[in-house]
Amino acid sequence: MSEAVRAAARAVLPPAVFLILIVLGWQLAIVVWQLPPYLVPSPRDVWAASQEHAADLGWAIPLTGAAALTGFGLSLVCGTLLGLVFSQFKWVQRSIYPYAIFLQTVPIVAVAPLLILWFGYGFQGVVAVSFILSLFPIITAATSGLTQIDPNLVELFAVHNATRLQELLKLRLPNAVPYIVTGAKISCGLAVIGAIVGEIYAGFQGEHIGLGTLITRANAALDTSYVFAGVLGSTLLSIAIFATVSVLGSTILARWHVAAGRDSTTR
Amino acid sequence: MIASHALLSAQSISLVYRGGVRALENISLELPPGQFVSLVGPSGCGKSSILRLVAGLTAPTAGKLLVAGEPASRARRSAVRLAFVFQDPTLLPWRRVEDNVALPLELAGGARSARIEAARSALELVGLSDFARRFPSQLSGGMRMRASLARALVVQPELLLLDEPFAALDDITRQKLNTELSRLWEQRRWTGVFVTHNIAEAVFLSQRVIVMCARPGRIIADVQVPFEFPRTMELRSRPDFARLCGEVMSLLERGSR
Ligand SMILES: Nc1ncnc2c1ncn2[C@@H]1O[C@H](COP(=O)(O)OP(=O)(O)O)[C@@H](O)[C@H]1O
Ligand SMILES: [Mg+2]
Repeated sequence: MSEAVRAAARAVLPPAVFLILIVLGWQLAIVVWQLPPYLVPSPRDVWAASQEHAADLGWAIPLTGAAALTGFGLSLVCGTLLGLVFSQFKWVQRSIYPYAIFLQTVPIVAVAPLLILWFGYGFQGVVAVSFILSLFPIITAATSGLTQIDPNLVELFAVHNATRLQELLKLRLPNAVPYIVTGAKISCGLAVIGAIVGEIYAGFQGEHIGLGTLITRANAALDTSYVFAGVLGSTLLSIAIFATVSVLGSTILARWHVAAGRDSTTR
Repeated sequence: MIASHALLSAQSISLVYRGGVRALENISLELPPGQFVSLVGPSGCGKSSILRLVAGLTAPTAGKLLVAGEPASRARRSAVRLAFVFQDPTLLPWRRVEDNVALPLELAGGARSARIEAARSALELVGLSDFARRFPSQLSGGMRMRASLARALVVQPELLLLDEPFAALDDITRQKLNTELSRLWEQRRWTGVFVTHNIAEAVFLSQRVIVMCARPGRIIADVQVPFEFPRTMELRSRPDFARLCGEVMSLLERGSR
């Protein structure tokens, strides 16, 4: 438990300290260079804007958070399943996996408007963008974890006449866990980006809007302080999600008695 | 020579890997049940390949390989209880030591209570009783190797293949484990094939030392080791032990020229 708390502190404290430094430097820059508020509002203006729009922000953050977490959750499940298919059928891996790698390097954000068009101008569309954006790190992580296994361990299982299912459940899947944890840390941040980008194209047509829509609208109204408040809200959301995933990940890795999985998702 | 009396019978085996590496050429070898032999030879002479052939993990390119009267590819499924000890401990880091040791029984479908009990007694044999509930990362290198040995012993092997199991250990730990392995063999009398670079280790453990040379891998000598069992540390300082080691050494050197 205290280990988990310490892990949480390690995950949350440094970015929090950095945030404070940024705010101080920001205030200083305004004073020193006499920046006009419509370009760079002061931290106090931003604070005032967040107070004024507290109700909207209070809806926007959890709304975007829900879309991001849904997209991330879908990525985690689908990415792992795809990795599973790749690991079990060499010919599928050979024919499709290169595209998974290739697509990772393509700015998938570009297809966001299409996804919104297909999935609808609402929550589903936003989730779709978040999902597509956060999917590939999980696919590559799961595939690596399920296939990059000490050959001696594979032979050990063969020597003891393990079935393919036993090999999958008792060797490949557990081996993939640290890899998936590493992939999840990258993926969860992308899921937030995906949700916000999705909202910029879609927006929620209903009563409440997400962060992406909120920022677009504030920008259109030339309310720079409000834009800043939206950006800060996005940052807080991102940090909160990343910290949660990191803490959960460390807890799992501790149970797995392994060091963090080799980072297979960046190449 | 009647092949069916041998636990392991290799007749003119050759192995060529994809890419054309001639790993083994014309290997013939007969092992009676219960014999402990060592394979020594320079790296790349095909020692590991022989073990992998016997375990049925690779098929020979030519020749005939019978284990307990069956082709090696089938033997481990039906004819013989086989275990393999690798150079690395190859333990699953996410499993406790006892669950690692019980793995072969688990794969064979044994009941949990029975296999944990078997794992505990295998751990006792290798002196790891107090560490059954630990994880591999919490053990020293020597202890991990003991756990790996326990995992092989848990199936009560009739044929035990060991591929340089102690190569990564310091000399003191290695000699200690040699003595223990020899004692265990005396109790269990499995048929053993032990691969090593270390001549003293080979002579100490075995009833017979097979000397190999590389490119292509082949057998160049088959040396009987007459020392009585139990073998203890004192054996290592005896002049006839040193003489036999020297003999194997010169055979190896002649082969590498
Ligand atoms: N899977 C493989 N594919 C191709 N060549 C291999 C393979 N395994 C081993 N070799 C080659 O076969 C030869 C014998 O290897 P090995 O049996 O591992 O020797 P040893 O265990 O005596 O060091 C070496 O030249 C090695 O490079
Ligand atoms: Mg070898």
